[in-house]
Amino acid sequence: MDLRTTDAPADAAERAAVDAVLGPPESGWFGGERTPLDGHVAIGGLSRARSLRHLLLPALHALQERMGWISPPALGYLCQRLDLPPAEAYGVASAYALFTFQPASPVVVHVCDDVACRAASGGDPTGALAGHAGNAGSGAAVTWQPSPCLGHCEHGSAALVQKSGALGGRASLAPFTSGDMDRLVALGADVELADLPVPLALVPQAGAEDTRLLRRVGQVDPASLDSYRAAGGYEALRRAIELGPAGVIAELVASKLLGRGGAAFPTGAKWEAVARNPVRPHYFVANADESEPGTFKDRVLLDHDPYALVEALTIAGLTTGAEKGFVYVRGEYPTGAGRLEHAAAEARARGLLGDNVMGSGLRFDLEVRRGAGAYIAGEETALFNSIEGLRPEPRNKPPYPVDRGLFQKPTGVNNVETLLSVLEVLTLGGAAYAEQGTPGSTGTRLFCLSGRVARPGLYEVAMGTPLRALLELAGGVAEGRPLRAVLLGGAAGSFVGPDDLDLPLSFEGAREAGATLGSGVVVALDDTVAVTDVVARVARFFRDESCGQCVPCRVGTQRQEEVLARLAAGRPLHSVDSELALLADLDAVLRDASICGLGQTASSLVTSALRRGLLDVPTGTGGTGGIGGIGSGGSGGASRNGSENGRDDR
Amino acid sequence: MTTVAPVALRRKVELTIDGEAVTAHEGTTVLEACRAAGIEVPTLCYLETLAPVNVCRVCVVEVEGSRALVPSCSRPVAPGMVVRTGTDRVRTSRRMVLELLASSVDLSTAGGDVHRWIEEYEAQPDRHGPAAGPTVRDGAHAGHHEAPEVGLAATVAQTVKRDNNQYVRDYAKCILCYKCVEACGEEAQNTFAIAVAGRGFDARISTEFDVGLPDSACVYCGNCIAVCPTGALMFVSEHDLRARDEWDEDRQTVTRTVCPYCGVGCNLELHVQDNRIVKVTSPLDHDVTSGNLCVKGRFGFEFAQGDGQ
Repeated sequence: MDLRTTDAPADAAERAAVDAVLGPPESGWFGGERTPLDGHVAIGGLSRARSLRHLLLPALHALQERMGWISPPALGYLCQRLDLPPAEAYGVASAYALFTFQPASPVVVHVCDDVACRAASGGDPTGALAGHAGNAGSGAAVTWQPSPCLGHCEHGSAALVQKSGALGGRASLAPFTSGDMDRLVALGADVELADLPVPLALVPQAGAEDTRLLRRVGQVDPASLDSYRAAGGYEALRRAIELGPAGVIAELVASKLLGRGGAAFPTGAKWEAVARNPVRPHYFVANADESEPGTFKDRVLLDHDPYALVEALTIAGLTTGAEKGFVYVRGEYPTGAGRLEHAAAEARARGLLGDNVMGSGLRFDLEVRRGAGAYIAGEETALFNSIEGLRPEPRNKPPYPVDRGLFQKPTGVNNVETLLSVLEVLTLGGAAYAEQGTPGSTGTRLFCLSGRVARPGLYEVAMGTPLRALLELAGGVAEGRPLRAVLLGGAAGSFVGPDDLDLPLSFEGAREAGATLGSGVVVALDDTVAVTDVVARVARFFRDESCGQCVPCRVGTQRQEEVLARLAAGRPLHSVDSELALLADLDAVLRDASICGLGQTASSLVTSALRRGLLDVPTGTGGTGGIGGIGSGGSGGASRNGSENGRDDR
Repeated sequence: MTTVAPVALRRKVELTIDGEAVTAHEGTTVLEACRAAGIEVPTLCYLETLAPVNVCRVCVVEVEGSRALVPSCSRPVAPGMVVRTGTDRVRTSRRMVLELLASSVDLSTAGGDVHRWIEEYEAQPDRHGPAAGPTVRDGAHAGHHEAPEVGLAATVAQTVKRDNNQYVRDYAKCILCYKCVEACGEEAQNTFAIAVAGRGFDARISTEFDVGLPDSACVYCGNCIAVCPTGALMFVSEHDLRARDEWDEDRQTVTRTVCPYCGVGCNLELHVQDNRIVKVTSPLDHDVTSGNLCVKGRFGFEFAQGDGQ
């Protein structure tokens, strides 16, 4: 392969940004200064250059932060450094929302307009911004653009400020008001990210004795290892070293802990499969790419309990024989990623990471990697591709990650909440852990309450707790208004009606009700919320976040958005019935033929809303609701979203 | 790299396809087993000479025990596997895949099989609404898009890219099967001039920053044209004849010969209309080329036509 890059040289700042990640270039062959000697030596070092491909994403981040965009010469220089074809690098970079390829304003404000903020504000949260900062994309020093969920749902409004330059980077703002926008516009390019207030986490149970996963939140200093250890931190690692890998796995199996990322896979079985795999090396990945709309639990844990994740991932590494771990944090969580890096550095300095973890003679270290605005990168195999510097597209399964995961090696991957639950398993003992919750769903679970509840925030309850009790914990519906529906599980979840509040929040309870706990999202919608608008936003979300690899998802999410827009406008193409039949067919092909979980659940909420009569569908030829069409189309899994419960409570 | 034992040494696997007991060699795919059993399975992104990418999903089948349908092109057969290829679920998904593509992509120059499948599976592309007009798709910002005009079906319609004398790229006809990217990359040519860029409905085949082919790494081997199933990539000669409505395969002869340029021995198929070479291909099953050629074999025929001499 002969690289062909643009003739225009990258400027000094661009080269410095790339070199800060990759180190200085080895020779003129890899983007360095050409010397006469370069013409007389055999070219070497290609495989070394290519082995750095996993640093593509960090280097792209460096360029975006320093320059505000990624220019052709800058990408060309990066490609020379990695011996990477520019077309491939562009293909990777252009799949991420946080990278841009044209000169941009030095300050870009991404404003959340997703479901939770929409429900909280009763409409489009960006609707008022035009009067303060012009239309999206306009503005010189400061521009704004709408953004999918930023993971600060408990505040009901949020923004991510992206600034370029020597002090460039990202910072979150939540809550975010039009007054904040005014201040940003007034500051212009002079805004200092470090001066922006770090968003608080709303954790109403903070400090309560009956919490486990949340017990340190707000109680320990997230920047102090001593504070974490004083609160009992690193006792679980000590216990894990005593038990050894087989002992830890036995405790996990006894605990019956199921993964909290959405798929509910038994954690003990996963760890055992990685540990037993004879192929080396092994890797372990913490999935902190939390991007499911309405979800903010991992953000709270990263921001306020980062040492716990470092400790838990260390235990995972020692147990599964992985000497290297990665934490993949979504790019929209600058605070959490920074605190995690600080925590890891401190742990490394104190011998809790590195070549001799806690004096055990065992080796483990971890790296923090940042996403760049791609929901799909939370799918575990797309996440591996993202770390490897490939396009964040899901891989075909099998093979599964325990056999061929990161860098095609056996890999364990768990959600942040699952990993923190492992600490509790080791603290309590597997059998004692299993006594909490229900027989099928042990332990406690975090739930992200947002929308129209009186006290939004992150809550922890035992598995099996009725939805009603959880809502009461949050003070019920705000202002005592009537509950219209609860969005349970996230954009890939389903709606639950006010008559179903006895639903036990356990994996089996949700499954029996045809719902899913998903990532623990509970968005309360009262009679002020336009559900049709919320569903339309979800359809737009999937259209925007599909990786585009498979036809059902790439075109199906586009068509789904179009049908909903026609129905919302009262302009069905042929008849309402035919539109509903079309939605049913889209549901069937998305669910049955998509490659990954994104496509397979992209129609869940739409289907659920139709079933429950929550969608404003034009009356006339097809009558209201038109529930009959949904779930037909010959699909074998028509009950996935529950029984035909099409009550119209409008 | 995994090594595969010679076919003769491979174990046999017994499975059931549509109720019939079938035997296949270990390591073969469900698609190959279906075809060996005489069952037609439609495919779009699959090609014998490329590693399956299983992205089009038109080849899906039902496999007992799998929650979702399974892409037959990439799933290896397994002992006791129970496969169904004609169930309502399978037919619905195949119909929808064909319908979604036909409603968003210009399939006018796609192979005849595609149009037959569209009829056989009763796909109704029209029910998605009248097609929206051409748009600029290059440079779309991932994660953002303009709301579609209510009532119109978005398409990939766009201006034809014609930036060299060898071939045109009409991405309004692109179903994003990834074959050209594979052929340009590690599956054949190792040039890597193109890749998939962007995401979702805005995903597209692109050079870096959408630069024209002369500014890209393209070496004009035309191996992307050879694998393109829809005519999105086409010889300039074919494209111009079609534009003048003079392309007529009934008037064409195909002559197989050996490339005169070097000693490798690549076989060429010269497609000749009205005594002029209008296209050059190489047989997929040729043991030297597997369908691939270099720029000389693919495009170096102008001297024979005597133009501009």
